[in-house]
Amino acid sequence: MKPQPHENRDLAVELNDLAQSSGEWLRGSGPEADIVISSRIRLARNLAAFPFISRATELDRTQIENALRERILSIEASGKLLYVDIEELEGVDRQFLVERHLISREHAESQGVRAVAIDGLEKFSLMINEEDHLRMQVIQSGFDLQSVWLQVNRLDDLIEEKVTYAFHEQLGYLTACPTNVGTGMRVSVMLHLPALVITRQIDKVFRSLQKISLAVRGLYGEGSQAMGDFYQISNQITLGRSEHELIQQIGDIVPVIIDYERQAREFLIKESHENLHDRVSRAYGILRTAQTISSEETMHLLSSVRMGVNLGLISDLEIPAINRLFIHTQPAHLQKLSGVELDTSDRNIERARYLRRHLNKENGADGAEKN
Amino acid sequence: MAMRCQNCDKPATFHITELTDGKPHELHLCEDHAREYLTSSSNEPPGVGSMAAALAQQMAQQMVVGQTAEELAELDQQSCPVCGITFYEFRSQGRLGCPHDYVCFQGQLEPLILNVHGETEHKGKTPRRCASGSEKRTQLIRLRREMKEAIDAEEYERASQLRDDIRRIEDEVN
Repeated sequence: MKPQPHENRDLAVELNDLAQSSGEWLRGSGPEADIVISSRIRLARNLAAFPFISRATELDRTQIENALRERILSIEASGKLLYVDIEELEGVDRQFLVERHLISREHAESQGVRAVAIDGLEKFSLMINEEDHLRMQVIQSGFDLQSVWLQVNRLDDLIEEKVTYAFHEQLGYLTACPTNVGTGMRVSVMLHLPALVITRQIDKVFRSLQKISLAVRGLYGEGSQAMGDFYQISNQITLGRSEHELIQQIGDIVPVIIDYERQAREFLIKESHENLHDRVSRAYGILRTAQTISSEETMHLLSSVRMGVNLGLISDLEIPAINRLFIHTQPAHLQKLSGVELDTSDRNIERARYLRRHLNKENGADGAEKN
Repeated sequence: MAMRCQNCDKPATFHITELTDGKPHELHLCEDHAREYLTSSSNEPPGVGSMAAALAQQMAQQMVVGQTAEELAELDQQSCPVCGITFYEFRSQGRLGCPHDYVCFQGQLEPLILNVHGETEHKGKTPRRCASGSEKRTQLIRLRREMKEAIDAEEYERASQLRDDIRRIEDEVN
């Protein structure tokens, strides 16, 4: 059976549906989910018979896209894949996919034939013609790298049944940038570390991570500020260690950071309970009453509220609802959800309205359900 | 005359130009201090990709140390027979042009790869499909480029010959 690309109208509907929902990784479940938002692994692969993207002609890109689309859509996935032609998307839709962690900023902003395939749970995303021909990722809520690895490795095997990757006996999988050569693998764990930020210990953590060649980034990757006290920890070395060893290194270090964060939270509870409670309550108060609010302030305050919920200082909110608010109050999400294009000041008003509506529930507990 | 690292006595192999308030500011560092400089940050965590790219850039430049201007120019002008990228182009954009670059620029890339990863041997997964016919695939990359060049030069007869070659090899590898 030949896979049919989506009609435009369908795509618009599908993207709107996507905006209303939220990905599996925001579910707030899985091991250590109070601190670990998500576990993610991506693999970079290239087809042996084509130049890398920087030297690819439009025709090359089209042929690469055809070959990979056909292969990806023919895989018997657990559910239907949404296949999106990035070139055809409006700016706001591209930004929306970036906010959702389904494509990279580079993929949104570059030129030429390129696409992404996403599954219904938003666990799988396969970018075609990004920096490499194929970048597949699996992202899942909580701290479970093993499960993520099994899924992405299986996906890689399935794709590889019908396509020939560029592979070198000594250097492994060949990538456009030599910094990814070998396994082509990046393992990232996203952590929420507000107490380490408040107690000013976060720099110490960074320095020790850098000593062992691990990188720390913000919520939206390269160059993004650590908004909302979210930090992604990932490997930089991709060659000379097996996938298992790379996963183990991150797998060993993350519990140590989780432990530091818990100790810092305990310290704050014990030593400055009133201050902490005050900070959390004020943050909650502002979010429930503000009439106009920026994205940065929202992230900053939601971070305190999230910690407050984890520590039992707020009882009428649940973690999945807060996780969703972090993403749904981003600029493109707000515009998708309200159905209109908004400039910055209108967005700040809409964001405040959205927050009031979702945080002031008559019945409290169910947080951010529809309307 | 070898320049010394500004932080220690080792030879400076990295020469980094930073723009501070719009003014260029030169740094001369040894490998250890360059790594430390490139990976440390005052306020915000470095992005892994941007940092890796910066590191790759510096590593690539490092290789020029000890070479004369002519040797350097020659090295930079070397190009891949398959995709046509020059080493200079790789150095400036930090991205290779095709899988064959790892073979034809091996000498230049090896120190870079060793510096980034600390290793030069892959230890992980191997594709189940064996890479037989990989030469033919590399050939395809070259032939497609030549066909495009032939079309651009309006040498249509040559282009059509190349197209036939491409189709034949595509059939063989698929």
